Amino acid sequence: MSRKEKLFAMVRIGFAESLAYRGEFLIWFLTTNMPLVMMLLWMAVAKDGPVGRFGTREFAAYFLTTVVVRLLTGAWVAWQLTMEIRTGTLARRLLRPVHPFVAYACEQASALPLRALTVAPLVVIILLTLGTDLFSSELSHWVVFPLALAGALCIRLGVMMTIGSLALFWDSALSLYDAWLALFFVFSGYTIPLELFPAWIQPLVNWLPFRYMMSFPVEIVMGHLDGRQLLVAFVYQWGYALLFSVLALTIFRRGLKRYAAFGG
Amino acid sequence: MTILSDTASVSHAIVANDLAKHYRVHRREAGISAALRSLFARRFETIRAVDGISFAIDPGERVGFLGPNGAGKTTTIKMMAGLLHPTTGTVTVAGHRPAARHHDFLRAITLVAGQKQQLFWDLPPVDTFELNRAIYDVPRAEYRQRLDELVGLLEIESVMQKPTRQLSLGERMKCELAAALIHRPALLFLDEPTIGLDIAMQATIRRFIADYNARHGASVLLTSHYMADVAALCPRVIVIDHGTIIYDGTLEALAQQLRPEKRIELRLTATANAPSAWDCGDRGRIVEREGTRIVIQAPQGVVKEILAQAIDELPINDLTVADAPLEEVLGALFDKAAADRQARDPDQTADTGKSVAIEKR
Repeated sequence: MSRKEKLFAMVRIGFAESLAYRGEFLIWFLTTNMPLVMMLLWMAVAKDGPVGRFGTREFAAYFLTTVVVRLLTGAWVAWQLTMEIRTGTLARRLLRPVHPFVAYACEQASALPLRALTVAPLVVIILLTLGTDLFSSELSHWVVFPLALAGALCIRLGVMMTIGSLALFWDSALSLYDAWLALFFVFSGYTIPLELFPAWIQPLVNWLPFRYMMSFPVEIVMGHLDGRQLLVAFVYQWGYALLFSVLALTIFRRGLKRYAAFGG
Repeated sequence: MTILSDTASVSHAIVANDLAKHYRVHRREAGISAALRSLFARRFETIRAVDGISFAIDPGERVGFLGPNGAGKTTTIKMMAGLLHPTTGTVTVAGHRPAARHHDFLRAITLVAGQKQQLFWDLPPVDTFELNRAIYDVPRAEYRQRLDELVGLLEIESVMQKPTRQLSLGERMKCELAAALIHRPALLFLDEPTIGLDIAMQATIRRFIADYNARHGASVLLTSHYMADVAALCPRVIVIDHGTIIYDGTLEALAQQLRPEKRIELRLTATANAPSAWDCGDRGRIVEREGTRIVIQAPQGVVKEILAQAIDELPINDLTVADAPLEEVLGALFDKAAADRQARDPDQTADTGKSVAIEKR
């Protein structure tokens, strides 16, 4: 049996589960509203004149695209992994001839069709109200956008699996994710377009992984990046995806040696 | 301690050599001051959950793994299933080192725990079956055939398309077994598979396990607190207490060793002849006498004589001759083990028998 068929089976069961939990998903969807709050705030600021290149319409386009990226790259594996380690239910995954991370990744990926379905009306609203002139007209940007979304999702999964795996060593590992989220909100472009940061902080912003989880895909569809900038950003993005994946696998492998499987 | 040779693992389904698992656990007294103290000086204790056990199990063998709560049974099973890394010693299962979790090893085993589930809670069991078909590489035609067999034996046709959360405990357990056996494992680790089930369902599960073992020659390692499970399924038992093996052999031999006497139960037709006046002399002793029921414990050699006397002197309606109940035999074994431990280390209490070291940090 091919590896593809196995992955498809896992994605299919994850999709069936996401349909079973559609109410929960809808609530999550409706509560992903921080960019909308920020949009209103920044639009109020831009009423008297643009902030950098952002006028009211640009802020609206930026933050609505942010919502789309957030919905398509959201994940919950840090909470799931931590909970399964603490309750011992990780044992169920360890008994199967599939690496638990592959299974988690398939489960996260299986939620994408439902998310795409809910994001579609939002995209239509954006285009009807703001028009298409605020977004990139270059075909190449739209071609690489899914790759940037995939990279953003991979970094998020890598970070979440790294922090989740730390629960094998430390009961309170999830508190690290809270700290990570605090930095993410500031440095990812989720609450403020990154180019509005002072020039002296820009190198740090470009160096940290947060930009590549949120702002980078948004910058692509808004046509803010030229070819060279795109390439450099992709190298950073997939470099971070690889780094966090290796880190997560290493911590998980070492942690299993001391796993007590209590309750499992 | 018996150390099994390396070549033993070739012919055995499972070989454990001096296998041990020690846990380091944090301990503190109740109360705020103890909580504050533990911020600066944490007290740790090393628990010897499994303390150097050795045994071998052959392909197709059915073995009961018995012991009181906390004896180390589940820890041992988890080491054999690859969920826990041993602290010391080795274990080989189906030719593999379980902790490496090689995919061939994982395809060769299954673990069914009565209190845990692998079925997806909100989806019908048939979805889990289908997922297991894919991840265990079972060809579709073979899957259909195996599923038909499991569905027939377990009688789950009418329930496997309902969401798992809507199934009764018994229905769920039968579906758990089906999900765990789709890939036809050669080794079954069953950790209290009948817990919480009614008598009829327990019997169904037992019949199914025996049938699976007979059809496919799979080895079965069973833990259960229901002695009926063990008596029905396991010709051999390994008894573990305080992390060490205190008995490994057949149930008959164990009963013979600890409770060699037979138990004769007489049921009388009436109480007119006042059974309290009846006895069997020094050939046996009456251990219960209640209404029309008399229970006598006596050595095997005199059973015939006692029966002849009873039939001659009492208005007997029914009689049975049996070994002592398994619970009683095991109780005697644990008492003996506790006495042996006490004799070896008079300072040790039963509760602290598993602690080996306390360290402060």
